[in-house]
Amino acid sequence: MQAELFDALMAYREQKRPVAMVTRLEDGAQALVTPSGTEGALDLSNAQIDEARTRMRDDRSGISADGAHFTHVHNPPLRMIIVGAVHISQLLAPMAALSGYAVSIIDPRASFATEDRFPGIALSDDWPDEAMEAMNPDSRTAIVTLTHDPKLDDPALHVALKSDAFYIACLGSKRTHARRLERLREEGFTDADFQRIHGPAGLPIGAVSPAEIAISVMAEMTAVKHGTEPLRAAA
Amino acid sequence: MDKYDPTQQDDILGRIAEWRRDGRRIAVATVIKTWGSSPRPVGSQLAIDDSGAMIGSVSGGCIEGAVVREAMQSIQDGKPRTLDFGVSDEQAWDVGLACGGEVKVYVERIEGQ
Repeated sequence: MQAELFDALMAYREQKRPVAMVTRLEDGAQALVTPSGTEGALDLSNAQIDEARTRMRDDRSGISADGAHFTHVHNPPLRMIIVGAVHISQLLAPMAALSGYAVSIIDPRASFATEDRFPGIALSDDWPDEAMEAMNPDSRTAIVTLTHDPKLDDPALHVALKSDAFYIACLGSKRTHARRLERLREEGFTDADFQRIHGPAGLPIGAVSPAEIAISVMAEMTAVKHGTEPLRAAA
Repeated sequence: MDKYDPTQQDDILGRIAEWRRDGRRIAVATVIKTWGSSPRPVGSQLAIDDSGAMIGSVSGGCIEGAVVREAMQSIQDGKPRTLDFGVSDEQAWDVGLACGGEVKVYVERIEGQ
């Protein structure tokens, strides 16, 4: 591995940015692939770059079908940022942690985001936009807003929609969600942004209890992560 | 509270970076393919320096000896190598995998700073 590529690989890792090293096994020529570019001496076809990015999204290192190239995925841990330290969050946070996500909960309201209610979970009582900006969500981050309160959910969404977060979901009825989109439109967001928002949050599995809603969110997020997304509710 | 995070890889690359700063000559072996049951998944790494010191693993200890020998060669000649290990291998009796799996390992030198 060339010194420059090793240094670049380490820099991406330290910045917690996803990157993949593609190696041509025959002679060791290598290139780094990120979600936005490539670098290194090995020239890759568009199909090879696409394969590397698919592997990054799936978190699946491996060799190409023809056996000529190995793609080594170096992903930061998956993260979930939950806005709202509410009852559903108390179920969703441990479920996500069990599934390998590093979970953070943001809620500036007193007595919501407490260690008693969320043992072992990273908590922030900063205002959602400031807290989210500090967390710098990336393409391995899921963001779920659960407060129903525009004062808290909307600032978080503003940051979420400007990030590469792979999953953005908002709890609330269809009516609540329609009003949310109206407010976002007034702030300058567009239909392309709205396509990224899963609202109401979760797969339509008839979830009622907080645990069931958490399951529906986990399932939808997992489907999106793997690029399957098979079960959107009929409009 | 520290929670076990199954998505977090062992920080082999971080250790390699430390070795590099110390001026050591280094090769790294990476599991690039597995068949059947094998102890370490694709992407697992073993780093070796020119004194034979190693960090990480590419198996449960079954093939590390052979991989270290090849890695020392790679440190000397700078050439990458692709190694196959498994019960179907002729070398099975001395460096085969007891679990019955097969692994393919890529070995490369890490150039210094």
